[in-house]
Amino acid sequence: MVLEAVPQPAIQPNATNGKIVNDFAFMVATKNGSGSQTSNNVLVKSLFNMGIPVNGKNLFPSNIKGLPTWYTIRVSKDGYTGRRATTEIAVVYNQDSAAEDIANLPVGGVCIIPADWKWGHSREDIIWYEVPVKEIMKKIDVSSDLSKRVENMTYVGVVAQLFNIPLDEIWKALLENFNGKEKPAKLNFEAVKLAYEFAQQNLVKQDNFWFEYDNQTTGKIMITGNEAGALGSIFGGVNVVAWYPITPSTSLVDGIFDYQHLRKDPETGKMTMVIVQAEDELSAIGMLVGAGFSGARAMTATSGPGISLMAEFTGLAYYAEIPCVIWDVTRMGPSTGLPTRTSQGDILFTHVLGHGDTRQICLLPANPEEAFEFGWRAFDIADMGQLPVFVMSDLDLGMNNWMSEPFKYPDEPIQRGKVLDAEQLAEFIKEHGKWGRYLDVDGDGITYRTLPGTDHPQSAYFARGTGHNEMAGYSERSDDWLKNMARLHKKLQTVRGFLPAPIKDYDASKKVAIISFGTNEPAIQEARDMLKKQGIETNYLRVRALPLCQDVTDFINSHDRIYIPENNYDGQLYQIICLDHPQDLTHLKSLPLGDGLPMTAQWLFDKIMAVEKK
Amino acid sequence: MGKSKVNSLGLSREEYKGRPSTLCPGCGHDSISNQIISTTYEMGIEQHKILKMSGIGCSSKTPAYFLGRSHGFNALHGRMPSVVTGALMGNPSMKCIAVSGDGDSGSIGMGQFKHAIRRNIPFVYIIENNGVYGLTKGQFSATSDEGQELKYYGRNELPAIDLALEAIIAGATFVARSFSGDSKQVQSLLQAALRHQGTAVIDIISPCVSFNNDPKSNKSYDYGKAHQISLHDIQVVAQGYVEGKDEIVVAPEAFADGSIVNVEMHDGTTLRLKHLDRNHDPRNRSMAISVLEQSQREQLFITGLIYYEEPRPTLAQLGDVYDGALGTLPEHRVRPSQQTLNDVMAKFK
Repeated sequence: MVLEAVPQPAIQPNATNGKIVNDFAFMVATKNGSGSQTSNNVLVKSLFNMGIPVNGKNLFPSNIKGLPTWYTIRVSKDGYTGRRATTEIAVVYNQDSAAEDIANLPVGGVCIIPADWKWGHSREDIIWYEVPVKEIMKKIDVSSDLSKRVENMTYVGVVAQLFNIPLDEIWKALLENFNGKEKPAKLNFEAVKLAYEFAQQNLVKQDNFWFEYDNQTTGKIMITGNEAGALGSIFGGVNVVAWYPITPSTSLVDGIFDYQHLRKDPETGKMTMVIVQAEDELSAIGMLVGAGFSGARAMTATSGPGISLMAEFTGLAYYAEIPCVIWDVTRMGPSTGLPTRTSQGDILFTHVLGHGDTRQICLLPANPEEAFEFGWRAFDIADMGQLPVFVMSDLDLGMNNWMSEPFKYPDEPIQRGKVLDAEQLAEFIKEHGKWGRYLDVDGDGITYRTLPGTDHPQSAYFARGTGHNEMAGYSERSDDWLKNMARLHKKLQTVRGFLPAPIKDYDASKKVAIISFGTNEPAIQEARDMLKKQGIETNYLRVRALPLCQDVTDFINSHDRIYIPENNYDGQLYQIICLDHPQDLTHLKSLPLGDGLPMTAQWLFDKIMAVEKK
Repeated sequence: MGKSKVNSLGLSREEYKGRPSTLCPGCGHDSISNQIISTTYEMGIEQHKILKMSGIGCSSKTPAYFLGRSHGFNALHGRMPSVVTGALMGNPSMKCIAVSGDGDSGSIGMGQFKHAIRRNIPFVYIIENNGVYGLTKGQFSATSDEGQELKYYGRNELPAIDLALEAIIAGATFVARSFSGDSKQVQSLLQAALRHQGTAVIDIISPCVSFNNDPKSNKSYDYGKAHQISLHDIQVVAQGYVEGKDEIVVAPEAFADGSIVNVEMHDGTTLRLKHLDRNHDPRNRSMAISVLEQSQREQLFITGLIYYEEPRPTLAQLGDVYDGALGTLPEHRVRPSQQTLNDVMAKFK
């Protein structure tokens, strides 16, 4: 892969029988837009159906057609799902990247490549399997426009035969991929079968890599974080989705489109949700703020450049106290950055988004289950806290297929927070003498709101981003301003109680720890196992929401050394922790990555070992 | 207004007012607020069914000064249309009166202005157009006329943007221009606009007494009074209207002579337009465009209902959205069942 040049150790077969079973990675290099996504999905799904823990990651260019693209598939009998830098097997189906793809293979690695290319046997220390792609394709009756796409199925057939994926698994996965449509599945399967037969008759297996049936995926699902977030929103009762297309968030809204039929009102047959494609992100977030003001559940999905445009509106929503939900499927910034590469580089900026004094709520999902849960829960938090809630996903979670447990149905009824209808307003006034939009009668910083349409002569108020008093009247008085800010601060304390608590793996005897968030999870878990083998036992805390809570402070205070690995260049979680803990924190060590790719266990292991072995 | 006088809901005009205005005494915007109060009072509109929306600027402060019993939102500069869009998607049963200015709609908010129109969001979009930035003390705006002079900024050499023309081009189905000094016309246009099932744009020239009221200025009171060319007298005749009752501003006998165009509205209302000038038919798009182009070219101050067409479906209608507050629907109507989730999960296994 030309994405990175990692020194690749030579392959060491298992001592016992020489076989390497369900514990290796392979990489498929193709041209973007050539239809290889279908081939790769079919491979991943076949392996998943065979019960083998598998993870596929698409490393693609910002381009529609033609530029090199890579797909890595890792199988792990130990259940590790993090990306691995080393890939033992390369399917080299793109001449443009072939030289580097071949050069990056470790000694003893495997190269599967079209037979008529000049690259064949350009290295002697790897194994070559050459596939007569053109000849195979000649045998298939396929239109020229489809031919290029179907061509990619030839490597599926060869991989299946060489490494032992039964053809019926491929067929099953193909059918699933085409939603049960037999015609396209058959066409593609023909190429698979011909390649499989070719390999059977002509290729002599020289490598030691094998897939074998396992039972580790029983009951599990395979899904992208964006689909999970879309489903979470649907089950969270979203009413208004306003968005502007941007990679890598687009498939989240596509997912909502796919399932919006679930949101037909059972009583009237009318839709209880609507999707509006806005003219830009300013307009998208404006629609959310309007909908939230109306009492509706509103959400958008965007990425860094969209978040930049939403700064002014989310400041307004924070200060006028309007609920809404914003998904940031983070890509690499600054600026347009790397639109198709993953990053965790938006959290610091988003946490304080808006001018003046703002602290925005951020939820930090690490896997599809959390993307689903935070998908519905974000609306409850937004409504209860009357504020914007950001769900900070990333490209790796959003666009790649992850193994997951099936999602749990929301375990709480919908929480609408403090909303007064006409009757409740009358009671409120009876009890408290008056109602004001920003009048805190409960002492928790959260005030009662009324919705437009409430038929009560005192229900109305004028929402605004300008200074206001408890009665929502315009005010430039310093005391009103400070009182309001103090209440907002108190509200934030209350809202902390609504947020998902950190996940902790804590044992008081261990003095070294890791704090991180989001999709670094698989790499961290694997690295912890690697460290353990070296005698370094670690505790681990995964932050799931901002602002940080007391748990994090306690965790920080109970270790000698804490590593904070994260996938941005500046160590933003580390900075947020420092911001909230002004005391001496020299025992915290920031480990920022930010190379555009999902973190690997090896990288983290090396970073921590470099310090621990001193 | 006597206390005894009430409308069909038994409310006095006083009860349609908001807080006292903080704009400069004599501001054209205050007069428009008064026309909104009068019109909604006379139509017997239920205030809790109205949303008052605005952006930022002098004009955008005014929703605080009318309809004190309506929810309102003073949003961001140039972004009122998106907030309106969201609010009306969240509750399509609401009616909305939105106020903007020439800076708010013609400059920073031009994109949202045109896109809200394109989506046919059903609301009354009032532009209080004074050709100048007031709150920042007197800069030219995009609607300042070519050749206009201001005390500090000198002469404007750039052509003006005609927001009524922009509205038509964007696909607006109700476009009017008026003058804040012509309360009768403003009221009839508001009456018609409130009945329109689409974006109804009313560009109201509204003099800024502090920064742009020199008699030479095209947006001054003196200029407006002397140069306004009203295309027609407008009578709004509601469906089922019985003469002598209800909400008539202009008596029918005013139409005793002269040609009359009857514009049938979507809800059965008829707009009876008596020609005063150039036999304008607002149902004719090219005529509407050429009237505006001529007025721009010759700097004529032409007012009235410039353009009308049968409205397209609104965005909520296109989405077949439930016609009420979506956020108040009970859980079983907005959250699919456990079984539904199980069925979805099965597809990913």
